[in-house]
Amino acid sequence: MDTPLLELWNVSKFFPGVVANDKVNLKLNQGEILALLGENGAGKSTLVKMIYGVNSPSEGAILWNNHEVTIRSPNEARAMGIGMVFQHFSVFETLTVYENIQLGLDKEFLDTVSDLRQIIIEKSEQYQLHVDPERYVHSLSIGERQRVEILRCLIQDVKLLILDEPTSVLAPQEIEGLFEVLRQLSNEGCAILFISHKLKEVTALCHRAIILRGGKVAGECDPGKETPNSIARMMVGNETQLSETYPKVETDQILFQTNQLTLTPSHPFGCGLKSVNLQLRAGEIYGLAGVAGNGQEDLLAVLSGEDTRSSADSIQWQSKNIGNWDAGKRRKLGLAYVPANRLGQGAVPEMSLEENTLLTHSNKLSTNSIINFPKLKQLAKDLINNNQVKCRNEEAQAKSLSGGNLQKFIMGREVAQQPKVLICAHPTWGVDIGAASAIHRQLIELRDAGTAILVVSEDIDELFILCDRLAAIYEGRVSQDIKTADTSIDQVGEWIAGGFISQAEVAHA
Amino acid sequence: MLRAQPRLESSKLMSWLSPFIAVALTMIVSSLMFLWLDVDPLKAFQVFVIMPFSDSYNLGELIIKSTPLMLCAIGLALCYRANMWNIGAEGQLLIGAVASSAIAVSATDDAGFGTYLLTIGAGVIAGAFWAAIPTWLNRRFHTNIILTTIMLNYIGLYILLWAVHGPLRDPSGFGFPESAMFADAVMMMPLLESGRATISIVIAIVIAIAAGLMLFKTLPGFKLRVMGAERSAAKYAGFSENKIVWLVMLFAGAMAGFAGASEVMGPIGQLVPSVSPGYGYAAIIVAYLGRLNPVGVIIAALFMGALYMGSDLAQIELGLPTAVTGLFQGTLLFFLLACDFLIYYRFVPKRPLRKPSSRSLINEEGAA
Repeated sequence: MDTPLLELWNVSKFFPGVVANDKVNLKLNQGEILALLGENGAGKSTLVKMIYGVNSPSEGAILWNNHEVTIRSPNEARAMGIGMVFQHFSVFETLTVYENIQLGLDKEFLDTVSDLRQIIIEKSEQYQLHVDPERYVHSLSIGERQRVEILRCLIQDVKLLILDEPTSVLAPQEIEGLFEVLRQLSNEGCAILFISHKLKEVTALCHRAIILRGGKVAGECDPGKETPNSIARMMVGNETQLSETYPKVETDQILFQTNQLTLTPSHPFGCGLKSVNLQLRAGEIYGLAGVAGNGQEDLLAVLSGEDTRSSADSIQWQSKNIGNWDAGKRRKLGLAYVPANRLGQGAVPEMSLEENTLLTHSNKLSTNSIINFPKLKQLAKDLINNNQVKCRNEEAQAKSLSGGNLQKFIMGREVAQQPKVLICAHPTWGVDIGAASAIHRQLIELRDAGTAILVVSEDIDELFILCDRLAAIYEGRVSQDIKTADTSIDQVGEWIAGGFISQAEVAHA
Repeated sequence: MLRAQPRLESSKLMSWLSPFIAVALTMIVSSLMFLWLDVDPLKAFQVFVIMPFSDSYNLGELIIKSTPLMLCAIGLALCYRANMWNIGAEGQLLIGAVASSAIAVSATDDAGFGTYLLTIGAGVIAGAFWAAIPTWLNRRFHTNIILTTIMLNYIGLYILLWAVHGPLRDPSGFGFPESAMFADAVMMMPLLESGRATISIVIAIVIAIAAGLMLFKTLPGFKLRVMGAERSAAKYAGFSENKIVWLVMLFAGAMAGFAGASEVMGPIGQLVPSVSPGYGYAAIIVAYLGRLNPVGVIIAALFMGALYMGSDLAQIELGLPTAVTGLFQGTLLFFLLACDFLIYYRFVPKRPLRKPSSRSLINEEGAA
């Protein structure tokens, strides 16, 4: 390779009180797939945002085709041939694919094309993206929406494509499809910067990997020659035990269950719930696999009591019918809940960690409605220390914490209630490997203490490591559960694509 | 050049400083206004800010103006903390005044303490009822509380006008739209021997402190703040939204109703069409000036009371129209909301768009 497509020279980015990136040097050649790895808060997102023109570097230089450039905005980045697919898609659900793509393009560019619709169809065929320009985005699956985002980048001849954790929202079958597209692009000379937490994918796809730690480049390797475990060690930098296996257990005391729980969707594009039966047993972890948007949100809301539309007898706590109880009453029974949305649901962004501790410990920390502040402060401090939450102190606002640290805090807070039933959504979503195994151990300890635990996750590997029983959710239906020991990733993979429904219908017929 | 940068954490210092910065900016802008009106700004500020505090008579009048502002603003502060945009203090105050007057006009000089309490209670309950209407509409039909409370302000005003022209008009009052003067038995106790100020101000301050303690030291106050800051977090924690909404709205209505009662039972002594020179609206500004903190509201109400006093004095001393007060208030609220930007953002020097030249690097080293 002669001159690299993109080069970073000693690029640093300072935020108030934080060095997000510290003298990062990086080279990316044409047609190369480069993985950007690192723990949470290692500075991956900041780095790619600088390349995409969202932020500009505090120091250092960015070179594009051997010329120093200043990328002032994503518009400029797109004009140069840099495309980016964010974790959270920026598409309008009520518009069609065509309209969404048109909205994202510059006026100058639109003037140069004669028939955008034709180009969409051609590009879609060329890369086998199967995107129909006339469909409304709300009718598309998450995987299809991601392909719309990718297509949007491809319309303007893209030379560098940045993907921020693209596989976290996809089913295993969809991931392979995405990789095919990326490999094809790479063969045509397009460079790809791939951010991921999933090391297996990095070893399967990427030509080279750069590891960030604490904002600095900590290492570089050829993923083909490494194992997921050896790369993970480079990322965390110490001898954390990785992908531990925990002994599976089996009990028969049902604590919490739903009976034919059926619910209309809470928003127009949701899928609601259809005759859901699930049983949580004391001392067991029940894992619910599924691709995002298959009714998990509705299910979590109705189980936690945030949504009280269900009939009383559709949810039972031992022998009590609690379907119409609100979240406060269910908490008093011993229910704890770690929600998917950490900032804004699990924690109030503007409030301190101390006040956020009070959020779900209010009954214990007050007498006659007077808050016991010394006790509250102590509990908040303990939560921070025991869970290695990185923050200024207990008075730091929740919004100032990184996503992974806030998750550690919320997880610790809910576990500290010593709940009888714990509902846990995406426990390690966006959390680094070190913290993820700490969270896993916490859950296992809680299980061994006799808590019934429900884990809803999109990460099948995690569910297999953690859970004693597994089931899948697809379009608002939940499959039969099965002991983890008796199933395989392939089978659960089929289930989350709806495989269990036809099976059940066949069995009935 | 400067550019705005979001702060990692909200600035505590700025949340205290921003009302003072806003007051300072209001002073600067209104100085220009006074210059344009050919009034010496220094003289104007002496009239608006110093004179209300200058002697015991003015001080007493200042307390009279501040009391209804304080009473209304305490309730509004709690509403706004809970994200309930109650603009209806004015209407609730007027209805409270009408209800109190309805009891008071029939009271005689030998009426007992029971009648006195009934007169106050009528105002409090009527105010709370007037706040209950938009609350119920909001809970039942999800109506916009801003719109319904504003509409009810007008309805309240016309009920007042109907009352003074009709059932409550003084039969021996030569047809003036006013009620008879109330008997002493149903008048608020005076604060001092002389002057018109009543014990209402003491009640207001006590309630403000109690509300402040409730908001920051108790669980109901915490629930209220969580609900205002993040409704879905309150839902997640299992705090009942309905209960909080009803409590703050009824409380605010009761406080405004009490303000109306204490006006007609205190300094005015009868029901007149001009019970309130817009106290209920000005209380919105007071609530914000006091940082939506009931204790801060005490100081903010005194400040706003001084502005009202000042506008009276400005008419006498400087011959300025009362509309000047409205201009003052509007400018203040504008800067107040604008200054809150500083709590969440800070200004940092704009970086040069190009890479720093070698010269500026040398300068930096030289400075270090």
